Amino acid sequence: MRRPARPLFLARAPYRLRRLRDAARLLPILGFLLLLLPLLWAGGDQSTLTSGEVLYYFGVWGVLILCAAAFAPGLKGGEAGEEEDD
Amino acid sequence: MPFNLLVAACLLYVIALFAVAFVVESRARVGRLGWLRSPLVYTLSLSIYCTAWTFYGAVGYAARSGLEFLTIYFGPTLVFVGWWWLLRKLVRIGRQYRVTSIADLISSRYGKSNTLGVIVTVIAVVAATPYIALQLQSVVLAFGVFASATPEGVTAPDASQTAFWVAVGLALFTILFGTRNLDVKEQHHGIVTAIAVEAVVKLVALVAVGCFVVWGIAGGLSDIFARIDAADLTAWQVQPGRWTGLILLSAAAVITLPRMFQVMVVETNDEGHLARASWAFPLYLMVISLFILPIAVVGLEHLPAGSNPDMFVLTLPLAEGQGALAMLAFLGGFSSATSMVIVESIALATMISNHVVIPIWLRLHRSDAEREDLRAVVLNARRLAIAAVLALGYGYYKVSGGSAALAAIGLIAFLGVAQVLPALIGGLFWRGATRTGAILGLGTGFVLWAYCSFLPSFGPGAVLSGAIFNDGLFGLSWLRPQALFGTESMDPLIHALFWSMTLNTFAFCLGSLLTFPGPVERLQGAAFVNVFQGGVGPQRWAQGEAEPEALLSMAQRILGEEAALALFEKAAREQGKEGFLPDPTPGFLDAVEARLSGAVGAATAHAMISQLVGRATVSVEDLMAVASESAQIMEYSARLEAREAELTRTAGALREANEKLLQLSLQKDAFLSQISHELRTPMTSIRAFSEILTEGALPSEQVTRYGRIIHDEAKRLTRLLDDLLDLSVLENGTVQLNLALTSLHEMLETALTAARQTRPERSFAMVRDLPAETIFLKTDADRLTQVFINLISNARKYCDADAPEIRIAVRQRGARVTVDFIDNGRGIPKEAQSLIFEKFARLSDANRAGGAGLGLAICREIMANLGGSVAYLPGQGGAAFRVTVPLRLDQLAA
Repeated sequence: MRRPARPLFLARAPYRLRRLRDAARLLPILGFLLLLLPLLWAGGDQSTLTSGEVLYYFGVWGVLILCAAAFAPGLKGGEAGEEEDD
Repeated sequence: MPFNLLVAACLLYVIALFAVAFVVESRARVGRLGWLRSPLVYTLSLSIYCTAWTFYGAVGYAARSGLEFLTIYFGPTLVFVGWWWLLRKLVRIGRQYRVTSIADLISSRYGKSNTLGVIVTVIAVVAATPYIALQLQSVVLAFGVFASATPEGVTAPDASQTAFWVAVGLALFTILFGTRNLDVKEQHHGIVTAIAVEAVVKLVALVAVGCFVVWGIAGGLSDIFARIDAADLTAWQVQPGRWTGLILLSAAAVITLPRMFQVMVVETNDEGHLARASWAFPLYLMVISLFILPIAVVGLEHLPAGSNPDMFVLTLPLAEGQGALAMLAFLGGFSSATSMVIVESIALATMISNHVVIPIWLRLHRSDAEREDLRAVVLNARRLAIAAVLALGYGYYKVSGGSAALAAIGLIAFLGVAQVLPALIGGLFWRGATRTGAILGLGTGFVLWAYCSFLPSFGPGAVLSGAIFNDGLFGLSWLRPQALFGTESMDPLIHALFWSMTLNTFAFCLGSLLTFPGPVERLQGAAFVNVFQGGVGPQRWAQGEAEPEALLSMAQRILGEEAALALFEKAAREQGKEGFLPDPTPGFLDAVEARLSGAVGAATAHAMISQLVGRATVSVEDLMAVASESAQIMEYSARLEAREAELTRTAGALREANEKLLQLSLQKDAFLSQISHELRTPMTSIRAFSEILTEGALPSEQVTRYGRIIHDEAKRLTRLLDDLLDLSVLENGTVQLNLALTSLHEMLETALTAARQTRPERSFAMVRDLPAETIFLKTDADRLTQVFINLISNARKYCDADAPEIRIAVRQRGARVTVDFIDNGRGIPKEAQSLIFEKFARLSDANRAGGAGLGLAICREIMANLGGSVAYLPGQGGAAFRVTVPLRLDQLAA
């Protein structure tokens, strides 16, 4: 029960919107990887916490929030032709 | 600080919350919510994720395990930052199908199955119980801190008594505001706003304590960093397994926690709020966790060893003599605890009443009380449920003794509700997920969680005997609750997380793969999974069997008289009927069901309507009918499209033909005048000279001259008529061909010689390829030569170059030979190219060289008769014609 095929190519503005959605989908994956990254370098014999680690985690956190804040206004007006696709 | 002051502060605070909730409720009733429905309030209300566990427990967690406490906030951050994946769909479905709770969502997705609703409700209640106990415990601990800090006068209050009164107070508050009315769609504006206020209070309190610790006790940020580096605690090492597992666990929990679902999905009307919250909520979480590590580090340094790190937020300011700050912190903790308990108990009460109490009630009171108002039953069920939930929490607190660390209890609760996740995600994204699969998955997950995590949390010997702990169930060592299948060295929580979620998902997928969903289930599955595509209605009732009056009386029982009448009247008016009783069309039944499910949940609403309609569900045949209907429509439109394209093509061809006809008709007219002219000129001179001759008395040389003129003119006439006759013979295909082998070279020579008579004054350069011309053709040499003569003469006539040149190119291609005649003149304009082979066609502006415009038409007919063709070759730098002849012409083909 699908609607007629969606257009294969898009004008510039809808194209950018699609890519913004892609970015919004990728962001949590990137975030998860970044949050797991210190496990690799701290996996050794380091036994105590360093302030550098703290700064790193809060830095990643802050970047994620900033990115989400930058994406949010563009994603908000989900136009009529909604999609699960591209 | 006097203990009474503390109690008074609490009471004042609660009264203030009451006031906020009351004002908002009354504004909501008149529909003036304004900024109270803003993204800000939405985001703040989401902060019930941060309970007393966050407020007190996170510091304790940090003091015990370092940065690991951050995982509890990273999970939700990732989920919200990635809202486009899941939350958006969740909120859209919640809005579109009036979902009242997470149990309702699951039951609705899997064919409005109440069994699933009950299972999810049980999981949620069991998992929430320790969590609520945790909140009570935190308030009791906080009271205890103040009591022990105030030696003057007050005795430390009895812990369980405090917990009891806190529970009673919270139950009262929740009942008062959570069950005032049975809303269409479970929304509680007053409570949500109160929660938002509490969110501000706890944030301010924690940040205030944090600032005091960083800049009041320690010497600023750099000092804090130095202290963090100096703190030498081996336990603070991050364990990769726990780190990863806890991020995933908290991400799962933030979606499935009943209270999160309540504020995130049920209480919202606007998807745009979610976009704002996608960064604002993580920001809130980040701000609230900024100072947790400093407080923990400084607390460990400053406070005597053995003091409870869970209470550092209170004990640090108290130890430094900051009574007011401690009071603020206390209120912050108090508000975290209360907001969580209020929303959680509302969410659970909705589930319990909709999925447990009402179905049972309806079954018991099936026959009588047709007109009884169910709303009172629903509301009372909720009130009782709220009291029961809090009683359970209190009971857990009493049983567990309130000794375990806060964080541990919280994580167990997280893991419990996370069991709903596979069924939820599967239901939202996989149409193949079935009810049986969901039941199996949820059951497996719940049992494993209880066995591996929940029951062991009471300690060995409490619920599970020590023997089971050590030797496993039934003495099977691979069934030890914390070492299933021999996985001994795992962290207990990660062990439980891994096995429960893995086997849950496995059972869910396997069950879904092996079973076949019922019709309602399939409809619901399609509607949920494709919620953004629209198109699939949630339910299609069969037309007509329900009595509108019975429907109305049932709707009144749940929605209340006024709302039900309004609904029915509106529907009747839309159907163009007067009064309050619309026809029970499928659409109307859907609308009624949607309204009812907003109050009592999808499963119950569905069951109630199907009682009246008399038919339990749609049938598979109905489903197939729906599917084939839309398939037919699509096929029909595809056929229409094809036909339209065909029509367009035909119309184009017709238009072209018409244009050609018009042009031909014009040409014919032109020809008629031309031929009249051509015939008249010789006729005129013949007549004139014959008249002169008739008069006689002319010198003989004049007679001879005039006689020759008459003869020439008569020859011209004959030639013209010959041409016309020739053409008609060729066209009729009755021409007689004399086939013989002839050299192409010879034919060209003959043609060139003959054509020289045309404009003999001009000299043409001939470019030829003599070796290529030595081909013998089996054809009618005279006719072919006639074509060549015509083409060469045309070139001689019309080529307007200063140094005219004719190129003759001969090529053999398989069984065909092409002969190109190319001059270097202006060529033939594009628009004329399609006409030159027509009869009577003459280019108007070319050199007038006589001829009636029959030459090329005759050529074309000759070539057709010879089994070849003549065509104009565009783009050769001048006029160019290609003659194609077969190498050997069969007589038959001619």
